[in-house]
Amino acid sequence: LSAAPEIPKEDGRPKWDNKFQYILSCIGFAVGLGNVWRFPYLCQIHGGGAFLIPYFIALLFEGIPLLHLELALGQCLRKGSIGAWNTISPYLGGVGVGSWMVSILVSLYYNTVLTWVMWYFINSFQEPLPWSVCPLNENRTGFNEECYESTAVNYFWYRKTLNITPDIAESGTLQWWLILCLATCWAIVYLCTIRGIETTGKAIYVTAIFPYLVLTIFLIQGLTLPGATEGLIYLFTPNLNTLKNPRVWLDAATQIFFSLSLAFGGLIAFASYNPTKNDCEKDAVTVAIVNSMTSLYASIPVFSVLGFKATTAYWDCLDRNIINIINEFDLPEESIMRQNYTSWISFLNSSYPEKIAGLKLKSCDLQEFLDQSASGTGLAFIVFTQAIILMPGSQAWAILFFIMLFSLGLSSMFGNIEGVFTPLLELQIIPQSAPKELLSGIICLISFLVALCFTLGSGSYWIDIFDRYAASVPLLVIAFFEVIGVMYIYKIKRFSKDVEWMTGRKLNHFWQITWKFISPLLLLIVFMAFVTLQMQKPPSYTAWNPKYEGFPMKEEKIYPPWVQAICVLLAALPCVCVPLVALFHLVKQKLRSKDPSSLPPEVFSCQGSNS
Amino acid sequence: MLRALLLILSVVAIAHAELCKPDAQNAFKVRISIKTALGDNAYAWDANEEYLFKAMVAFAMRRYSSKSTTQISNVLLCNVTDRVSFWFVVTDSSKNVTTVPGSEVEAAIRMNRNRINSAFLLSDKTLQFLKITSTLSPPVEPSTPVWLIVFGVVLCLIVAGIVFLIVSGIQKHKKKNKESTERENLEEKVEVTLENGIPCEALDLKAGHINGVFAADDERFTSL
Repeated sequence: LSAAPEIPKEDGRPKWDNKFQYILSCIGFAVGLGNVWRFPYLCQIHGGGAFLIPYFIALLFEGIPLLHLELALGQCLRKGSIGAWNTISPYLGGVGVGSWMVSILVSLYYNTVLTWVMWYFINSFQEPLPWSVCPLNENRTGFNEECYESTAVNYFWYRKTLNITPDIAESGTLQWWLILCLATCWAIVYLCTIRGIETTGKAIYVTAIFPYLVLTIFLIQGLTLPGATEGLIYLFTPNLNTLKNPRVWLDAATQIFFSLSLAFGGLIAFASYNPTKNDCEKDAVTVAIVNSMTSLYASIPVFSVLGFKATTAYWDCLDRNIINIINEFDLPEESIMRQNYTSWISFLNSSYPEKIAGLKLKSCDLQEFLDQSASGTGLAFIVFTQAIILMPGSQAWAILFFIMLFSLGLSSMFGNIEGVFTPLLELQIIPQSAPKELLSGIICLISFLVALCFTLGSGSYWIDIFDRYAASVPLLVIAFFEVIGVMYIYKIKRFSKDVEWMTGRKLNHFWQITWKFISPLLLLIVFMAFVTLQMQKPPSYTAWNPKYEGFPMKEEKIYPPWVQAICVLLAALPCVCVPLVALFHLVKQKLRSKDPSSLPPEVFSCQGSNS
Repeated sequence: MLRALLLILSVVAIAHAELCKPDAQNAFKVRISIKTALGDNAYAWDANEEYLFKAMVAFAMRRYSSKSTTQISNVLLCNVTDRVSFWFVVTDSSKNVTTVPGSEVEAAIRMNRNRINSAFLLSDKTLQFLKITSTLSPPVEPSTPVWLIVFGVVLCLIVAGIVFLIVSGIQKHKKKNKESTERENLEEKVEVTLENGIPCEALDLKAGHINGVFAADDERFTSL
């Protein structure tokens, strides 16, 4: 009897070079553009520091448990999303298919956002920055009208970058410069994901760590700018009254959920390349906490810069008023300064009220400028670019800022593409002998061709639609079914034994309670609230229309019926996969049960695969 | 004699006052912002600066109309305020007590705006002629847009990276194929005879196998 040492079964599955690569990939996937341009905005409009309370509650009861569940699942089953859910139960295969579809839809539009970032990046090498000056009109007598009425920054974004049409029904033409940038972005994605985690594992060292360096640089620079402290005070001053508004809690829950990139299938794919004996509990807590800390860390430079921008705008407003008054009353220069402006105004108002009224002075209020908040693309491409023009050495800052945004988005794209790539690899769409490079090439090529429709004049309206409908409701539904599926179909006892085997210690009661009751309940409430809010008014969008009488305000329009149908389709398609696949298997089972030679499906267990 | 002189002077003064006043015909308002332009190096606006201004306007008129008849005394300044702002008008010495048409003055100033600005170390914004618009300079546009160059560089790097990875992948694939075919060939040549799961060659080479069941403690074994 020879006792041969236990050899772990080599299943030829690629694996991470080291644990750090895996953690970094998960962090890179979770930390994305939303941490920089959505979280600070939410903090600002929901009462500053007070927002952190619902945020951390949601993190504790929704974010970390769901993250732990996904990582444990992927690590135990060692398969991508479709394979994993098929293994748990063929009736739940639809959950995997739904995740896969959402990953595809999100990859398509997310890379187009990166295209815009790339376009701004390559334009940052110009002196002066192209979004700082208005171009002249045809006969060189003045500035371009559209630019003059709005601002140079708005003009560069809406006209020179997007070449936006005034209505979603007008598609406009393909913008060739955006096509070039889109091709480059997909080429970069292909370069990094060409061999799956072999290549993304190397690329992630740069794309996940670089943004932190840039954020630190911006933090140091931002804190030295005048007006930074006003911005920070404004951001963090807690206003506990906002907590009475249920909207705040909803926003906190959705922010945590979407920020951690749950239910995309990418995290399951990442974890599936791990050795099974790995502490997934610690990993989940680490990734979630790093993600939230990054959001907080990013909001400091963002708000320093916004405070600087508001202060500069306030000073400009004051200066313009002062010049007007000086010119009108022929007072000597520098007689009225910003400090004694209010006393002068009151004096002049009492002595020459008609003259003052005739000047039509704008009221300058710092609060008003601080209140002009923006999130999403508006923050990055309009507000921040405006602030960058005001900084000394603006090209360097612009280049740094856009490379940072690009790295943030790229590391999230890796997770999205992995969520598409791994299930396809397992389904063996292409023969085993064909190289992996071919599959990733096909995915990137097809995605590029489909994403061309986002480079049309109406492209940005469509991206808003995808963002609002494809990447919101389906994720909530899929996550809900994930938790229910693992807890009640795979059964919590089996799963806790599996996790115990993987981590080497007993599953804490906290996880059991949150998985069984709290997280599904929270998800259900969030889903209902979300859908109710969407249903309250007809879906509308704001369009950039130079011919609108309220220009430069954006025109509020309602989606035409065919667009609304597409919105519903986008939201419903991934969700409907779940019952459809279950139904399909039910029918197959009924047909098979008539055949006596059929075998019952094998009962799967984590430990079974490796002993 | 003296009385006549006084009379003429007063007439001239009154005439001048009539010609140069705010919103007079052919008069222009000038607004100067020295402190904004020069900060600490600002000079004070005094009679000497006014003299220079009159000289510059006269210079501009001379260059424009190419006749040397405009004198410094033809330029009249009035209503100088602390701002510093004032009105000026150019009289025509050939015709009595009239002013040069505004369009001529405007054209002359426009033509020589640069010279006038640099005489005072100011710019179009800080030395304003209120009714005279300045021509906007076109933005500097390089022949090839800069972004296209940067884009070209980025794209070349990426394509080089992709080609490198694909080629190295193909090479690795070929090497693996070659290795596996070599191994297959090797295994085909050797026919392995097995006895109890142990290849015969192993039995020949070593002097037997130690049977673990009987290997209790550190007993010495007699070699076979």
